[in-house]
Amino acid sequence: MTESDTPRFDPAQHGIAGLKMMAMIRAFESRMPVLSEEGLIRGSTHPSVGMEAIATGISLALGPQDSVASNHRGHAHCLARGSDPARTMAEILGRAGGYGRGKGGSMHIGVAELGILGTNGIVGAGIGLATGAALAAQMQGSNAVAVAYFGDGASNQGVLSEAFNLAAIWKLPLLFVCENNHYAQSASIERMVAQQDLKRRGDAYGVPSVDVDGMSLRETFEAASQAVERARKGEGPTFIIADTYRYLGHMAGDTEIYRNRSEVEQWHQKDPIGRLVGELTTAGVLAEADWNSIQAEAQRIVAEAEQFARNSPFPDPAEAFQHVYSEEVMA
Amino acid sequence: MNTKNLTTWRALNTALGDILRETPEAFLMGEDITTWGTGGGIYGVTRKLVTEFGPERVRDTPISEEVLISAAVGAAMRGSRPILEIMYSDFTFLGFDGIINQAAKGRYMFGGQFDVPLVIRTNGGSGIGKAGQHSQSLETMFAHVPGLEVAVPATPADAYGLLRTAAASDNPTIFLEHKNMYYDKGEVDFRPVPFGQARIAREGTDLTVVATQQMLTRSLAAADRLYAEHGISAEVIDPRTLYPFDMDTVIASVGRTRHLVVAHEAVRDYGWGAEVAASVVEQAWSSLDAPPVRLGGARTPIPYSEPLEAAVVPGIDAIYDAMLTVRAAVAA
Repeated sequence: MTESDTPRFDPAQHGIAGLKMMAMIRAFESRMPVLSEEGLIRGSTHPSVGMEAIATGISLALGPQDSVASNHRGHAHCLARGSDPARTMAEILGRAGGYGRGKGGSMHIGVAELGILGTNGIVGAGIGLATGAALAAQMQGSNAVAVAYFGDGASNQGVLSEAFNLAAIWKLPLLFVCENNHYAQSASIERMVAQQDLKRRGDAYGVPSVDVDGMSLRETFEAASQAVERARKGEGPTFIIADTYRYLGHMAGDTEIYRNRSEVEQWHQKDPIGRLVGELTTAGVLAEADWNSIQAEAQRIVAEAEQFARNSPFPDPAEAFQHVYSEEVMA
Repeated sequence: MNTKNLTTWRALNTALGDILRETPEAFLMGEDITTWGTGGGIYGVTRKLVTEFGPERVRDTPISEEVLISAAVGAAMRGSRPILEIMYSDFTFLGFDGIINQAAKGRYMFGGQFDVPLVIRTNGGSGIGKAGQHSQSLETMFAHVPGLEVAVPATPADAYGLLRTAAASDNPTIFLEHKNMYYDKGEVDFRPVPFGQARIAREGTDLTVVATQQMLTRSLAAADRLYAEHGISAEVIDPRTLYPFDMDTVIASVGRTRHLVVAHEAVRDYGWGAEVAASVVEQAWSSLDAPPVRLGGARTPIPYSEPLEAAVVPGIDAIYDAMLTVRAAVAA
């Protein structure tokens, strides 16, 4: 790639837009433990506080025609891609106003009009779906790309090896985005992955691979932009490994006996939002008053989303029997 | 419309060509579908299609069932209409997540936002010595899953017509061919066959047999013998699709014949035949003069050696005996 093709991170544009999104995601995800505690969220929900820079940076590099396939920790992927926080929250609360009319919940939020092929309850499954979305884009000549979000845990699923190879031989317009937050539920990457330099895995399959600091919006955005550019030119897939950390437990009720507080505290020192605020302030595009109003706006958006979700009715029981098949078969 | 006498594989090959010609979003992929044998997969079904449609739309793939199946789902959710060949149905297990957790739920979990117009073509069944991992009959497993449609063609005409319907469906369809029926011949009228409409393959008055694929062929032979030897007239019904399933035709037939035999090659225990028998008992108890009889594969893997293979799958004699048994129960 020539220097002139490299998309540059513009603090005033990408930085400010990204900060607004990251602040909103942080506020949204911070409500998850509270709503779980209140009994409003059934089953499992997996917040991504601390990981906001990845979904945000990737999404800033995408266009409207592109697809993303997410995983169980996927609210941020949806929100950063443009999902309505109110409908997203309503789905998490199992309400009729949710994207899936309450039939999916946190682990199954899809938005067809935004190319979101769902958060996913099966670790690694989104990799295959995104591979297919990339194949469809290639066959349709649409110039669209697809993103597969997954974690270090999913890097141990066989489908990743198959998808690396398939995407490489067919030069699929695909971004493999590994959010390495160092824990697969309770199992550390040190215990579960022999080759912890994940970049070498992608390279071994012929997929150009790059490490980025997942706590840096600038780095995730620039890596994604280069990968998107390669993909749109027909040069094939890229594997992006973003080093990151989740501040909260795997899900509500996690005792976190597998890690100690000092480790968590150390990662707080690298906070992606605090770091971005510092960078934008230094660049002269963010004053303290701006940051205060961005935070207030994030709180307002999330409060309104929560109000919408709480007020959204539960679905009628008849809804449970809709959409198993297309209408002509259901009839 | 013209009809032609074709083998099953040729009928399928013709259907695939017609689908690709008429549907720009459709494409084929699978292992060895362009460069094996005469240029079209293990049983020739995709023969020479790559010549007309090119290697983009008729794609040879690596041996990677898991990603192929889930990628087909993703492509279907984004506006393509993939037709994926899995060389043997036994290999679908490598990609069951894609079929059951992704394809079958892709419409439902997201509240109806996505169509999943995906066809997985594969073959099942015993009869040619392919042994334990290339001969299973898995139709019951697929029929059990909400969100899947399941087609089990038994004739060249139905192979053509059901495949056209599968490709036009906006739901994921498991299209199960039978590996021992690719060279069967029959008249093909090149018309789509709607799902959920059974075919009465043989009219009769004294008992009803519901059977698919190789069991259908054997049931027809057994029925002829039963009539010749005992004057008992069997009606033989081919459901053609297991979901949707045309229970109305079965119930109506049992209403006339008052006896039911169900025969499938899938393992009898927990098989779809139990579903049919139970439904008839529930919905038409008063029509029955005798308990329904179920025939199916034995609760064993499919063995290799020919006499062993024949021992675990119902043959003409076993079906004939079942027909006599269900009628004998009346006299008793």
